[in-house]
Amino acid sequence: MTLTVDIRHRLGDFSIQAAFESAGRLTALFGPSGSRKTTLIHIIGGPGRPPRGTGGAPRPPPPDTANRIYVPAYRRRVGYVFQDARLFPHLSVRSNLNYGRRFAGRGVGTADFNAVVALLDIGHLLLRAPASLSGGEKQRVAIGRALLSNPHLMLMDEPLASLDDARKAEILPYIERLRDEARVPIVYVSHSVAEVTRLATDIAVLDRGRLAAFGPTADILARLDLLSGGEAGEGGTVLEMQLREQDRAFAMSVLRSAAGEIRTPQVDLPLGSRLRVRLRARDVMIATERPQGISALNILSGTVDTLARVSENAVDVRLDCNGQPVIARITRLSAERLRLAAGQQVFAVVKTVSVETAGAAPLPREDA
Amino acid sequence: MFQLSDVETTAIVLSLKVALVATLASLPLAIVVAWLLARCRFPGKGLLNVLVHLPLVMPPVVTGYLLLLSFGRKGPAGAFLEQHFGIVFSFRWTGAALACAVMGFPLMVRAMRLSIEAVDRRLEAAASTLGAAPVLVFLTVTLPLALPGVIAGMILTFARAMGEFGATITFVSNIPGETQTLPSAIYTFTQVPGGDAGAMRLTLVALVISLVALLVSEAVARRASRAVAA
Repeated sequence: MTLTVDIRHRLGDFSIQAAFESAGRLTALFGPSGSRKTTLIHIIGGPGRPPRGTGGAPRPPPPDTANRIYVPAYRRRVGYVFQDARLFPHLSVRSNLNYGRRFAGRGVGTADFNAVVALLDIGHLLLRAPASLSGGEKQRVAIGRALLSNPHLMLMDEPLASLDDARKAEILPYIERLRDEARVPIVYVSHSVAEVTRLATDIAVLDRGRLAAFGPTADILARLDLLSGGEAGEGGTVLEMQLREQDRAFAMSVLRSAAGEIRTPQVDLPLGSRLRVRLRARDVMIATERPQGISALNILSGTVDTLARVSENAVDVRLDCNGQPVIARITRLSAERLRLAAGQQVFAVVKTVSVETAGAAPLPREDA
Repeated sequence: MFQLSDVETTAIVLSLKVALVATLASLPLAIVVAWLLARCRFPGKGLLNVLVHLPLVMPPVVTGYLLLLSFGRKGPAGAFLEQHFGIVFSFRWTGAALACAVMGFPLMVRAMRLSIEAVDRRLEAAASTLGAAPVLVFLTVTLPLALPGVIAGMILTFARAMGEFGATITFVSNIPGETQTLPSAIYTFTQVPGGDAGAMRLTLVALVISLVALLVSEAVARRASRAVAA
């Protein structure tokens, strides 16, 4: 299913303009706070009347103001997961889950209660009251409730923003399962590179209401210029890798990709699993000779593709490691001392402890 | 001393009946008006608000007289209702119930309005994204969450109806067995020599009924708010 968004809206100083078409299963709307991500998904499927534009999944008609089509929220069939779970306090977990099913109409969709409960692992919570659930459990129930309303599209508005890191880690696998197993396209709003790296198939970057970029996750995250503020240092390379070996003695995993072998802190997945690994550009060092006597375990060989000055003192070096791009952010001084130039043979050095494995996650299966 | 006479028993039973009917009959309209005032914007909202609260500030006798003018047999509303539905208010216990309902209406609407306003609108928004039309959002989310206020409003109206005197006696007079409610009966006892004992007995009964109503309302409201907060 394709998601089409074409929104132009202006109100005084406030404007929002975004148009993209995504065939991905989980499209992230990414940007710092103030980039109007939430406004955008409010237009796509939130409660209330959209200002102007079109957006959403096909059938029934999404709001389309050019053709004067406006569908009120309750008939839009968009499953909205709010930042605060918004479970109904007077209903049990089971009744919360069933709430939207009553209105979905007979024979619409195929969301199966037991399947959704199993997917989100909330069977043991059914008789509880929402007030007695943890933040993570509440959010899982909220996801299930939205899914059971038989939506054509799921909108998740920073669903992890109000949770601590432990609770986030608890929910992320369920969102992955949702992405891989539920046949509903998902739009996921976030300002966290880690979340987006782990979950998104495609990313739309918003900057003060404008669409700054749209494309597959790895392509977007490689464009370091798109990140700013607190997330500025989080950009880098997303490598799609395969788990080859577990080094239990040192609690490490060995992953393989076209670029070469990488050792990461241990990942608890079966051998052969496919993973996403993020190498932050600021964590990658460059050497012109293969380093000796160095603690860093990961040394990838490649050639310099491009050099781009990004600030007074920093240069982004894009390497080609056997077809796989790897980006390093180094100082201008280092780049000059090493006399880096396009086509030069170099080595990228990455410490194992700086390889992001918290964000490492099984990739969507190719055959699905 | 505590043996109730027939007149007294009749007045007590009539009062309970009048208060109960007044409370239940005005409940649906009060919920709708409370919702309109709490959640909607429309022209004439201020006027509606004033109209609802008028019986609270007007002398009860004036309210009763206005009821007599409009709902009496010759009044426009009264004549219409008698002709088309066979409903007669004047000098009947139904008239007493109408007077009590009108006098209690502001209290009921006020309590319900406040509790509806206190319901988290984000929950209502969530319900609408799940496919519930506005009316269903109200019935399945707003109303259950506002239940403590609804109950409080009903109890207030019931208690107010048990004590209603001015509007009732002006509108439907003081006919034993038909419109002589508990306050009217007490009033009558105080107007005749030797009626002190009867007045005292009825006063004690009124006191007990008020206390029970208050205790029941506290218990029900506590249970309801526990269910909502849990």
